Amino acid sequence: MRLMIAAAVTALVALASLCLGKVVLSPLAVLRALFGEGDQSLVFIVEQLRLPRLLLAALVGAALSVSGLILQAIIRNPLASPDLLGITSGASAAAVLYLSSFAAVLGQRFIPLAAMLGAGLAVLTVYLLAWKQGASPLRLVLIGVGISALLAAATTFMLVFSPLSTTLSAYVWLTGSVYGANWAEARALAFWLLALLPLLVVLSRQVMVQQLDDGLARGIGVRVEWLRAALLMVSVALAGAAIAWGGAMAFVGLIAPHIAKRLVAAGFAGQAAMSALSGASLLMLADLAGRTLFLPLDLPAGIFVAVLGTPFFLYLLIRQRH
Amino acid sequence: MSAIASRGLTLGYQRQTIIEGLDIELPYGEVSVLIGGNGCGKSTLLKSFARLLKPVQGVVLLNGADIQQKPTAVVARELAILPQMPVAPEGISVRQLVSLGRYPYQNWMQQWSSEDEAMVARALARTGLEALAERPVDSLSGGQRQRAWIAMTLAQDTGIVLLDEPTTFLDLAYQIEVLDLLRELNRGEGKTIIMVLHDLNLACRYADHMVAVHQRTVFAQGRPDDILTEALVKTVFDLDCRVIPDPFFGTPLCIPFGREAPP
Repeated sequence: MRLMIAAAVTALVALASLCLGKVVLSPLAVLRALFGEGDQSLVFIVEQLRLPRLLLAALVGAALSVSGLILQAIIRNPLASPDLLGITSGASAAAVLYLSSFAAVLGQRFIPLAAMLGAGLAVLTVYLLAWKQGASPLRLVLIGVGISALLAAATTFMLVFSPLSTTLSAYVWLTGSVYGANWAEARALAFWLLALLPLLVVLSRQVMVQQLDDGLARGIGVRVEWLRAALLMVSVALAGAAIAWGGAMAFVGLIAPHIAKRLVAAGFAGQAAMSALSGASLLMLADLAGRTLFLPLDLPAGIFVAVLGTPFFLYLLIRQRH
Repeated sequence: MSAIASRGLTLGYQRQTIIEGLDIELPYGEVSVLIGGNGCGKSTLLKSFARLLKPVQGVVLLNGADIQQKPTAVVARELAILPQMPVAPEGISVRQLVSLGRYPYQNWMQQWSSEDEAMVARALARTGLEALAERPVDSLSGGQRQRAWIAMTLAQDTGIVLLDEPTTFLDLAYQIEVLDLLRELNRGEGKTIIMVLHDLNLACRYADHMVAVHQRTVFAQGRPDDILTEALVKTVFDLDCRVIPDPFFGTPLCIPFGREAPP
């Protein structure tokens, strides 16, 4: 029931994002443009400019949010998020390295690949360093924080020694932006996420038992280490892809799952669906704010994620107190 | 054949040896209680019985076969363990928690069967939690919460249940409630119960078989009447006491002396 309301809200947010912008359209005009009717310039604005950008924002938000939900379960810590385990910082360092060293020759189209590689390498390093007869959640977090700090320092270092133009484009990427998204990007991310979906379904039963302590989980016959590694891989793949195409969008992966957990009862399937919806809505709203509030400026969505997400989260927490 | 046995069992962490060369037999269908001072290794021993700790040397036999050789799911269908102070996933309901006990019966193909459903319902009924089934575990009282955990081990439908100090942090009434429940499960359904307890007098009352762990091995084992003596308490706990028969239950009752000499 609540999922349906959330889905309706998400759809409304999507419709609003299609309507608003430099050119304000009525919902009816948007719907007609979606079917290719009416003024062709409006059709172009809706179908080629706003829709792919909207879809990319929704997919990035949903992927980051579900990734955060899984990480919070396997790390057994409400503060866990893709930012904490080196996923974001690994992707950032790799992207900035690419922008400063290779972009001049190869162009910007390989940034997603570099970012994904960076995320994967960073988490692999964290996992291997955390291994001590198994990778305990606590060691994963501590080493993740350490590696993240190290990579952030490396990123800053590279930025300082890069020409200003590189620094600017890197900075927009680091804030997280879906500016100038096209269909190819939205489709690439959508395919990637669709490929991960079956894995997510198969592993969904494992997410709940990961939240038990290791003794209990092994007591009921869970192969804890294997499944923790598998779930970690899935969440890295989700967040890595999202960051690859959406930039280092901080905070979505932390706050959207928490919003979802306040809205639906425990149970992975429901919480994952709700997380995906809340992450998608949050990012679509953030991008809508970014491109309409300061017209003619088009600001990165990453700026508005915290501005929009935090008050709503605090509202939910305070309401629950009574 | 014993429910759980060990041969030449040596346990330890890094370079520290906790248990050395232990042979032990824990009988089928009885309530066995491990006692001993803090840090004597009784919890470590219990962990090794549940395969949570790999022996440095020797073997643990579960229903007659080496536990390390058995597949994880098979172990989880023969034996359930409730560690000390277990932590429940955030926001989980009692029914969801109890359902986790059915994990070893499920796989990729077989997700949730009517038998799973029936076992969960039975575990809830057996522990008197039907009315609380939809409540979040976080909202329960200490005694109710411990019953929910025990219900989870019941849903696991194993012949053997291990519990590490199941009464810690419960008030006296809840302690008795939990121990009564465990004894009922033993008497009524023939479950083998093996647990660590700190309260010697309750241990004497509820144990069929008592094992005193001391200095990396078993100091004494047998019926509480036979083994719990003033000499044993002096050696194992370094405590002066008087042991008298419990006026109501007849089991040994240990009255500890403090610094104050007895009158």
